[in-house]
Amino acid sequence: MSIFLDKNSKIIVQGMTGSEGMKHTKRMLAGGSNIVGGVNPRKAGESVDVDGTMLPVFGTVAEAMSATGANVSVIFVPPAFAKSAVMEAIDAEIGLAVVITEGIPVHDSASFWAYSNSKGNKTRIIGPNCPGIISPGKSNAGITPWNISGAGPIGLVSKSGTLTYQMMFELREIGISTAIGIGGDPIIGTTHIDALAAFEADPETKAIVLIGEIGGDSEEKAAAYIKDHVTKPVVAYVAGFTAPEGKTMGHAGAIVSGSAGTAQAKKEAFEAVGVKVGKTPSETAALMRGVIASL
Amino acid sequence: MDLFEYQARDLFESYGVPVLQGLIADTPEEAAQAAAKIGGTVVVKAQVKAGGRGKAGGVKLAHTPEEAATAAEAILKLTIKGLPVNRVMIAQGAAIDKEYYFSVLLDRSNRTFLSLCSVEGGMEIEQLAEERPDALAKVPVDAIKGIDLTKATEIALAGGFDAETAAKVAPVFVKLYEVFVKEDATLVEVNPLILSKSGEIIALDGKVSLDDNAEFRHERAEMERDVLDPLEAKAKESDLNYVKLDGEVGIIGNGAGLVMSTLDVVAYAGERHGGVKPANFLDIGGGASAEVMAAGLDVILGDPQVKSVFVNVFGGITACDAVANGIVGALAKLGSSATKPLVVRLDGNNVAEGRKILADANHPLVTVVDTMDEAADKAAELANK
Repeated sequence: MSIFLDKNSKIIVQGMTGSEGMKHTKRMLAGGSNIVGGVNPRKAGESVDVDGTMLPVFGTVAEAMSATGANVSVIFVPPAFAKSAVMEAIDAEIGLAVVITEGIPVHDSASFWAYSNSKGNKTRIIGPNCPGIISPGKSNAGITPWNISGAGPIGLVSKSGTLTYQMMFELREIGISTAIGIGGDPIIGTTHIDALAAFEADPETKAIVLIGEIGGDSEEKAAAYIKDHVTKPVVAYVAGFTAPEGKTMGHAGAIVSGSAGTAQAKKEAFEAVGVKVGKTPSETAALMRGVIASL
Repeated sequence: MDLFEYQARDLFESYGVPVLQGLIADTPEEAAQAAAKIGGTVVVKAQVKAGGRGKAGGVKLAHTPEEAATAAEAILKLTIKGLPVNRVMIAQGAAIDKEYYFSVLLDRSNRTFLSLCSVEGGMEIEQLAEERPDALAKVPVDAIKGIDLTKATEIALAGGFDAETAAKVAPVFVKLYEVFVKEDATLVEVNPLILSKSGEIIALDGKVSLDDNAEFRHERAEMERDVLDPLEAKAKESDLNYVKLDGEVGIIGNGAGLVMSTLDVVAYAGERHGGVKPANFLDIGGGASAEVMAAGLDVILGDPQVKSVFVNVFGGITACDAVANGIVGALAKLGSSATKPLVVRLDGNNVAEGRKILADANHPLVTVVDTMDEAADKAAELANK
């Protein structure tokens, strides 16, 4: 098992023929992901040679799904067109849409999220502005390097891409069931809580690392959720203790507004429910190694 | 990006939101001319992006152009909450009967929009929320359905307006929502929205924040921007994600989360080394090419406060050998202008090859340290020398 993504996942890439899309389609293929095609209305009907694999290009997500049985879409479409790409995925009712694109206007994210709600949330949205999701040894939908860590009992959920890679690397001797980067934008589809719920239900996941950062209240909500619903051990890390108020730190959502969204408040929320919080990524990894050793 | 009050006023006016006349002035003479043009009693208001302008002496009444010049002269000398006042707005005076509050904003927590509304405006919203929480309505707004006249009326009634006044303010709410959507704003706030003694609804003071991610689809006329720190301006020219902080250890890393984490780890290490702190946030992104590395180092080495630099890269999409070549290439490019010690920590793909490249280059300024915590300690130690 793993969450949201496994060896049966059939992946299409929206924006495959663009430079980022092509670069990462190659990487996903090299890592063993089952990529079954791409979507680009202007190149529908063509086939693209991706390092020796011929991939068909479809005009729409729905066509790609009916021709290939695809159940996952990874979206690399540029910001200006991302909203309609996500809405198309929602209309086609594909099971999972992973939105890698950084820089999508927040009104567009708010719109496609409202649209998803109005359609009954049949498509799980991960991102935007995220590295995607990887279940090592099974499948990789996104830009996470596939060779950092193998499969294992740790579930990882993080707002940040490179901190995901860093933590996978630190814990590679133990291994990862699924690592999911939920993204650094103010509005995202899948939240810390969604990942926690799925990890709690996943028999392969024995313990969970949660990585948060300044901005919003996703971590505080996750802490409350852990208290009531999560029985597996959770270790947390929060980045941004030194971030000044009112400055966006790289991610559009990483901003302390007034006294809201501070790292300190998030750390306290976790500690209040008995979740250990590492001071640094390596201390967090050490805490997790201790948890695994005691299982 | 937050707008100045006068920019918000102009934006409101262009959408048909009722506002009073307002003209900007950068000198007392211009203030007098503006006051003469508007006529009658005017208000001279400091244009800074900070609350509490009135208490700081940044808002003054003037009955004649001469008084406006005197007021402007005093206000243009002020610094309010650390922000120098470079410009004032001369606003037409208003006879206020009642003050209300209205805003629409992005509600991250609920992943939708939210409208706040109260018949009791005038004071700071935080104060209102704390002192009179029942008087402040919070109404969720669906991002697709938006605010039409029916929704606007619902918001006004929830905010405590009587039916007659609700009918007067609701069309203004609809227009303000139009500003919010069409301008890609994350906040449109009017405080106060007033009922004048002659019975008109007027947006007297406005705050607007725009989404930087949406700027690509707006053709905005040349407008006054915040004066950036010179290093931030230089970084922006190179398209670098840089935030200047007040410290001694320059930071370069890849990925926003890892860089934020690096700042924290350096601050902890600094506690053991004379209290040195991170000097900046700089995310060079996944690529970490020699060009980007050189541009980043160039900005950081231009900060006279910086005593050491910590380069913290996780080789993911770009492997460590490419990053190491980037660092060596950047130092070669910078030549003798690179004068401060660099502590480099590489981890991830091809880490052995990357470390070997740095060892072979044997640059006198570079120290390679294996772990992030130890590297932060070394960088803090060097900054404390």
